[in-house]
Amino acid sequence: MLLSDLGRVGVDPFLEMRRMQQEVNQRLAGLTASAAQEFPPVNLWVGNDSVALTAELPGIAPDEVELTVRDNTLTLKGECESRAEDEKSVWHRRERPFGSFSRTVQLPFRVDPEQVEARFGNGVLEVELHRPEADRPRKIQIKG
Amino acid sequence: MAQELKTTDRQVISKPDAGERTRSRPVFVPRADIYETQDNVVLLVDMPGVASDGVDITLEKRTLAIRGYAADQQHENYRQVYAEYSAGDYERVLTLSEDIDRDGIEASQKNGVLRLVLPKAAPAKARKIQLKMA
Repeated sequence: MLLSDLGRVGVDPFLEMRRMQQEVNQRLAGLTASAAQEFPPVNLWVGNDSVALTAELPGIAPDEVELTVRDNTLTLKGECESRAEDEKSVWHRRERPFGSFSRTVQLPFRVDPEQVEARFGNGVLEVELHRPEADRPRKIQIKG
Repeated sequence: MAQELKTTDRQVISKPDAGERTRSRPVFVPRADIYETQDNVVLLVDMPGVASDGVDITLEKRTLAIRGYAADQQHENYRQVYAEYSAGDYERVLTLSEDIDRDGIEASQKNGVLRLVLPKAAPAKARKIQLKMA
């Protein structure tokens, strides 16, 4: 009864509640967005006897990234371009990462350091690593 | 000794301002650096995975919209086992101040970073408007 009465006079008590809910949701969305993350973010892909790693490294020249492989770890090392403009520049936003980085990623198996392919395009690094021949699973014949 | 670098997670736009989208991909707000020198305002926008032909910059009145469409990452015979980022498109809308020389804006893209140079216009001269005698 109360609701229909209010509806007639054109007041929606839920309107304000919805507005507040929206506002709270927006603020909470901002909170989760500020969670810290390792740099660079990586994705890992597994195929048959090989593993591929992709990493987002925007603004870094391909020759500035150092890749090292050891047993089952891959290390990415490098430095983001320094952004020292002249003294008089004024910053309005400073969101892009800067400084040097080093990150070691553990791979699901040992990889052959001789068989590594790395590509770099549009700020995305792609590294393809292969399992050494000796480590590959072998099918065993059962004698009858 | 290399210091450990932390970055903040990218923000996902829940409602891009262009209404409903026809591409079912996440849309991120790209990280940006904006600084002002004596003659220019420089914008650096991180859009990894976006080729130079996937960048769309529009300027309408004072609203500068930057959109980046990333190429699809296809991995034949691979399955994803671990993910820290996801591929998607980028969108960021900025409002420019009045004193930007709109015809002199330069844009370039390198290694997934868009660089926009917005030259500052000379201060507009105040004009006096004469009243016509009737």
